[in-house]
Amino acid sequence: MTSDPMPGRFAAAYLAPGTASFADFLTSTGYHGAVSASVGDLSHSVPHGTTIVAFTYRDGVIMAGDRRATMGNLIAQRDIEKVFPADEHSVIGIAGAAGLAVELVRLFQVELEHYEKIEGVPLSLDGKANRLATLLRSNLGFAMQGLAVVPLFGGYDLHRARGRIFSYDVTGGRYEEHEHFAVGSGSVFARGSLKKLYRPQLSETDAITAAIEALYDAADDDSATGGPDMNRRIFPVVALATADGVTIIDTDRMGNAVDEVVAARRTRPDGPAANLSGGAP
Amino acid sequence: MSVPFYVSPEQIIKDKADFARKGISRGRSVVVLQYADGVIFVAENPSRALHKISEIYDRIGFAAVGKYNEFENLRVAGVRLADMRGYAYDRLDVTGRSLANAYAQTLGTIFTEAAKPYEVEIVVAEVGGTADDDQIYRLTFDGSVADEHSYLAMGGQTDAILEVLEAQWREGLELAEGVRVGVAALSAGADRALDAADLEAAVLDRTRPRRAFRRLGPADLTEILVASSASPPGD
Repeated sequence: MTSDPMPGRFAAAYLAPGTASFADFLTSTGYHGAVSASVGDLSHSVPHGTTIVAFTYRDGVIMAGDRRATMGNLIAQRDIEKVFPADEHSVIGIAGAAGLAVELVRLFQVELEHYEKIEGVPLSLDGKANRLATLLRSNLGFAMQGLAVVPLFGGYDLHRARGRIFSYDVTGGRYEEHEHFAVGSGSVFARGSLKKLYRPQLSETDAITAAIEALYDAADDDSATGGPDMNRRIFPVVALATADGVTIIDTDRMGNAVDEVVAARRTRPDGPAANLSGGAP
Repeated sequence: MSVPFYVSPEQIIKDKADFARKGISRGRSVVVLQYADGVIFVAENPSRALHKISEIYDRIGFAAVGKYNEFENLRVAGVRLADMRGYAYDRLDVTGRSLANAYAQTLGTIFTEAAKPYEVEIVVAEVGGTADDDQIYRLTFDGSVADEHSYLAMGGQTDAILEVLEAQWREGLELAEGVRVGVAALSAGADRALDAADLEAAVLDRTRPRRAFRRLGPADLTEILVASSASPPGD
């Protein structure tokens, strides 16, 4: 950082008229967060976050993430958090290189709050989704070295009065997803599960159950996704974004919901069945 | 032979100060007062878009009087400094004191070095765990800082406003009572009864989880003020 973050008085950049973007301001002060080093594939040498699921439900959007970070074939962390409130009406979940991803979330949170304070009104949900795409694009060099960050963004759109979900690729491509989506190594299994469980008007309780089922199925078939840790009481992080704001479901409630899912899996390890003929599953 | 043009430094400073004071006293006023759960800001400001009161950081608020473009410039600089420090270090490392220092240094430099001083007066308030930990810094156009307690008024007609504040303010006011005291004080300064449409108000509420700052919209203000006409406080 070339500029002193605590000057005696405001440096010129602070008083210059212009941007409401914190990221642009950082650049103008000479702050360099990302340093690229060309040393080949780093994907097995740093912790990676795994599976995030998100879908719309009756009150808005629900997003859930497992708690595992892997480094090659090792479990780097068993209680990492990968789903965060982005601001008062949106949430962000991250898969990929954990260090870069957590830093991206921190910058994104400041970016949204900074805009809101400078302009006096929050960004629209599309505006937030676009800003995330721009921030992500600056990470492309890392992505080419196996340090991709793949966020999933969801929020309650106050103008359209419904929940919406956006996915991204490493080049900063931004895609709106409908109904449900998942990112990370276990995402294929989580989506397969969600396709069968998803209903547009799920209640909050049922949405939490569906999210746990999807992550359970991901952990069942993907070694990098952590299932619920019943002994240590480590459960997925679940966030809801509704018209009333963002809620992170507390551990007690998650514990009860996970206990129910796990108990049901004792009699049917593959999860709830569709009502079809051909005998009991 | 022409006499060299000389103005003494005392005269220059005095002229600049008079100029700034005159500019500030022409404007509408702002009052800042402590209440049980934090700090209340009330401004006479008919505009819904051009704010005199704003959020700087989680526990820090800002209020200003004077020239809009000048204090807006300072406000934005404060938000940038706070967000920069919070991002570079940690959210806990952003303090009202460091912001007040930056404002003081900047205003002081502008006052002595620029041809025209800023015609502004600003307050940086920070709420702590209890009312005793609350900090209110008042900064004037020349960069002087004062550490204030209880209540203060900035802008024009402050004598009339302070008279009301002195008579009606007490420790541990409830939110609605505090807002009413503030509005009564501003009304005395404006020489007419102000209603929600003339006012901008916000609070730093220490009981809120992270961002303590909350604006009181026209609906909130009307509710508080209508309740007061039914039972006037302190009568």
